[in-house]
Amino acid sequence: MSVPRFWRKQIARYNLVGTHCQKCDEYFYPPRNMCPACRREGEIEDFKFSGKGEVMTFTVIHTAAEGFENQTPYVLGIIKLEEGPSLTSQIVCDSKEAYIGMKVSPVFRKLGQDGEQGMIYYGTKFVPENARN
Amino acid sequence: MRDVAIIGVKNTKFGEQWDRSFRDLVVEAGVGAVGDAGVVGEKIDSMFVGNMSGGQFVEQEHIGALIADYSGLAKDIHVPSTRVEAACASGGLALRQGIYAVASGMDDIVIAAGAEKMTDVPSAKASSALAAAADREWEGIMGATFPGLYAMIAKMHMHKYGTTSEQLASVAVKNHHNGQHNPIAQYKSQITIESVLKSIMVADPLHIFDCSPITDGASAVVLAPADIAHEFTDTPIYVKATAQASDTIALHDRRDITTLDAAVAAGKRAYQMAKMEPKNIDLAEVHDCFTIAEICAIEDLGFAKKGEGGIMTMNGETEIGAKIPINTSGGLKSCGHPVGATGVKQAIEIVQQLRGEAGKRQVDGAEVGMTHNVGGSGATAVVHIFSRDR
Repeated sequence: MSVPRFWRKQIARYNLVGTHCQKCDEYFYPPRNMCPACRREGEIEDFKFSGKGEVMTFTVIHTAAEGFENQTPYVLGIIKLEEGPSLTSQIVCDSKEAYIGMKVSPVFRKLGQDGEQGMIYYGTKFVPENARN
Repeated sequence: MRDVAIIGVKNTKFGEQWDRSFRDLVVEAGVGAVGDAGVVGEKIDSMFVGNMSGGQFVEQEHIGALIADYSGLAKDIHVPSTRVEAACASGGLALRQGIYAVASGMDDIVIAAGAEKMTDVPSAKASSALAAAADREWEGIMGATFPGLYAMIAKMHMHKYGTTSEQLASVAVKNHHNGQHNPIAQYKSQITIESVLKSIMVADPLHIFDCSPITDGASAVVLAPADIAHEFTDTPIYVKATAQASDTIALHDRRDITTLDAAVAAGKRAYQMAKMEPKNIDLAEVHDCFTIAEICAIEDLGFAKKGEGGIMTMNGETEIGAKIPINTSGGLKSCGHPVGATGVKQAIEIVQQLRGEAGKRQVDGAEVGMTHNVGGSGATAVVHIFSRDR
């Protein structure tokens, strides 16, 4: 991913900042420019999520995506945040430990890197709620 | 709006074709379909080509023009040619655009084709190109792969409905069984539930034998107004419905992760347009990019009750000769999945079945068939219904 493409979403990725529609009171993460329910009538504002959530579904990836080869096996999940929206993220735990319904909280982690000299991507991953960060 | 018929079809062989290029494949399919229809180049009014990612797989864009050129339809007669892209639903959508062109009355003879050359790049590059069908910024960056996304659908389906790994495997076993009789199929080898479960795990719970392969191939059909179809063939196959629907590009934004709402919506629109119900369909080609996808498909299209797709497959109800034959061609699993071609190839299987030309795969007395082509993890769905009767 190019530097500007990553940089634009830095605040959202680092701090779990999404959006809230004041009109319909729906919350969105990843952030949206327009409320998909109210569309042009919506009133979007930034919103920082608590990050508390639970695992809606997950998988253990053995054949990695490009750039993730040295992380296998890694746990990828869909996390439902307590404010409503869901997002895709890695869950940092033993692959046998993950289960649907597991309570998780966010941690700031390295996501990847563009080769040895390239940019390092950081963002939010999740850990089991009672785990030490 | 005019009724539309398919008057000619042709698939290339599907598989790893190191000795052939993207343009070789497309020309073979296109020329074959035109020959099957008995049409000459000057009669062709337009063409639509489904292609997901020529830019990444063969570093070639401007696919529409390339194909018109290499088919001999660019010089002198200057046939308009348009590329259509909707990830793995590109082929189905190219067919739909072709149907639009004929139905509207703007064009008479139209070619709808689909093609992908996926083995000219290493498999990691191919996987990366495929990952572009999902949300790169919010799924891809977290390490999501396509098997990974469908694995999360499978995991939830298992959790909600008790679907088992054996039921998933039974989809692959059935499709390989059907594919052995399909001359174009990439894999004709037979597999068992045990061999699926013993194959390496790609993304839990999906093993490699739960996944469709990386494939080269092209498919093309010729469309004509139903009123003149008999001038070209004794067995025109009529388009009874064409429907398309969209959903969120990211899986995490779906209402219910185990239901592809776009497929449900496209299916409903198609049934409405054809004035039909699931019980009127004699066979269906559905998008089994992963085994769980076929289970969701038969539920989403109304052939199985929600949550019962796995048990229905395990019970043999989707085999040839049973309640509703699914993927008589062998599906994406056994034929292979050249992403841009798949939607057109599905239609060709239905045409061959309705013409009674499917050989050992033939469904006795097949009158009406359906295709279901999905892009991404369900962000686009294209459903068609075809019939022997106008």
